Amino acid sequence: MPAARPRAFYVLAGFFALYVAFLYGPMLAIFTLSFQGPDGGLTFPMNGLSLHWFAKLFAGGGIVDIGVALLRSLRLGLLVMALTVVLSVAAGMAFRKSFAGAGLLFYTAIASLIVPSIITSLGIALEFRLLDDFIHWLGFEDWTTGMGLYTSGLGAHLSWTLPFGLLIMFAIFNRFDTRLEEAARDLGATPWQSFRHVVLPIILPSVVGIGLFGFTLSWDELARSSQAIGAVNTLPLELQGLTTTVTKPDIYALGTITSAVSFIAIFAGLFAIQALQRRQSRRGSDAGSGMV
Amino acid sequence: MKSHLTPLIAWLQAGPMMLVFALFFLLPLAFVVTVSFWDYNEYEMIPSFTTRGYADTFEGCLAELPGLCTILKTYLETVKLCFLVWLLTLLIGFTVAYFLAFHVHSKTWQIVLSLLCTIPFWTSNVIRMIAWIPLLGRNGLVNRGLLGLGAIDAPLEWLLFSEFAVVLALVHLFTFFMVVPIFNSMIRIDRRLVEAAYDAGATGWQTLCNVIIPLAKPGIVIGSIFVITIVMGDFITIGVMGGQQIASAGKMIEVRLNALQFPAAAANAVILLGVTFLIITALSRLVDIRKEL
Repeated sequence: MPAARPRAFYVLAGFFALYVAFLYGPMLAIFTLSFQGPDGGLTFPMNGLSLHWFAKLFAGGGIVDIGVALLRSLRLGLLVMALTVVLSVAAGMAFRKSFAGAGLLFYTAIASLIVPSIITSLGIALEFRLLDDFIHWLGFEDWTTGMGLYTSGLGAHLSWTLPFGLLIMFAIFNRFDTRLEEAARDLGATPWQSFRHVVLPIILPSVVGIGLFGFTLSWDELARSSQAIGAVNTLPLELQGLTTTVTKPDIYALGTITSAVSFIAIFAGLFAIQALQRRQSRRGSDAGSGMV
Repeated sequence: MKSHLTPLIAWLQAGPMMLVFALFFLLPLAFVVTVSFWDYNEYEMIPSFTTRGYADTFEGCLAELPGLCTILKTYLETVKLCFLVWLLTLLIGFTVAYFLAFHVHSKTWQIVLSLLCTIPFWTSNVIRMIAWIPLLGRNGLVNRGLLGLGAIDAPLEWLLFSEFAVVLALVHLFTFFMVVPIFNSMIRIDRRLVEAAYDAGATGWQTLCNVIIPLAKPGIVIGSIFVITIVMGDFITIGVMGGQQIASAGKMIEVRLNALQFPAAAANAVILLGVTFLIITALSRLVDIRKEL
């Protein structure tokens, strides 16, 4: 440990502290303001202290049917999370062997990440509109639309979460000691056994990380959902709709609830990762030391 | 026997992801390009080849010369906004990453502080936008503070629902995309290089400019690609923070969509895609993304 920090350290630490305040300050303001009394407004000072605005949100009859939107976003988020984890881990394993189309898949994922969301969203909307037209043309007059939460909406979210999942898998396997698998093979493990008992336990903390990305990115997704979600709204869409009309703290209350779910997911994820890492270092013999 | 099965297994593993991208990214893009050449009326799109979507978009561009038509003006504004946000996120992101990589020595602290920067990224963007209202609004903390200090006589109106608010919110939301790749590049810099520069008599600035910045370049480029593409296509932040009054490349698409003019929206999307692609190609010549993970 160096005895004295250089002056630059204190300057930079101060800058970092300001950055963190800049990141969290505004959010803390709305969390605080959402707990105002019935006469509360959109700005400080606090006008009383109560759960009035939360009660109002859940009483229904208000601005949005919050409970329904919340459950909808939650279900979609969990499904996106599960699919992101499974598809990313599978594809990540594939990239460790060479296969035709590996480059194509990689660059498609990167492109999906950086092509502006509104374009992807528009494309998915067009795709489902044309599909509807096609089905009508086939003579199914009763068909309404294929667009919906678990079709176009799910696809739109996956086009956003999968690239993150794949990139994390790349980061994992770039640091993975392949000798561990060779050892497993030499000891007679089948490919599935070596994946299940050697690879998966080592990469599990990072896999939880992929799940965390999958859920939180879906839970808050807005730009891609905007055109592709169909007739119903997810929570972020409801929230965005409110920004143009709202004059009462109920929007803050909704923001607080949405963030609370995010924070629960984040801390559950981080806690799981830490617990897994601890377990690994406690009883994983030398399996963990393969990771740099 | 195993060897000739390996490619098949790899295909089965990568196939599902490829399928999702094919159905929900590649095919949609193809439809955007196709539909951009279709005709339309008030309520539906008509599958016959025309360049009307583009013609409508560039309407008046020749006639108004040397003045700028709507689309060129909008793109110019968007590029300007993009540049400003890029510059700010780069300066802030670089400084934060530099602090984390070179001044925080304990691994645990590095993880904790990085997480502190990452957690907001996992929360809702809209909420992080709304969160500025209590601070920047007409009766917000900033105006009250300035009024209290006697620095201003009337509340500042340009703090919220203005270009200032848009830039502030974009920097607030997306500096994270600079911090991560730059930190990732910096953490791989061999510390002995920095020591060698020091031993050879370089000042702190000289080390920064001649050793650290060149070696952190891949991270800077990747972060720049993220920030630039996000801002180029943004319509939500610009909508919410600009009070739905400021035009942008992404917003133009949304306006067309709200009018159900799908081919015109698609034509706008193709133009935006082209511009974004040009920027990325220019930037990615500087770096091989795949080596950086």
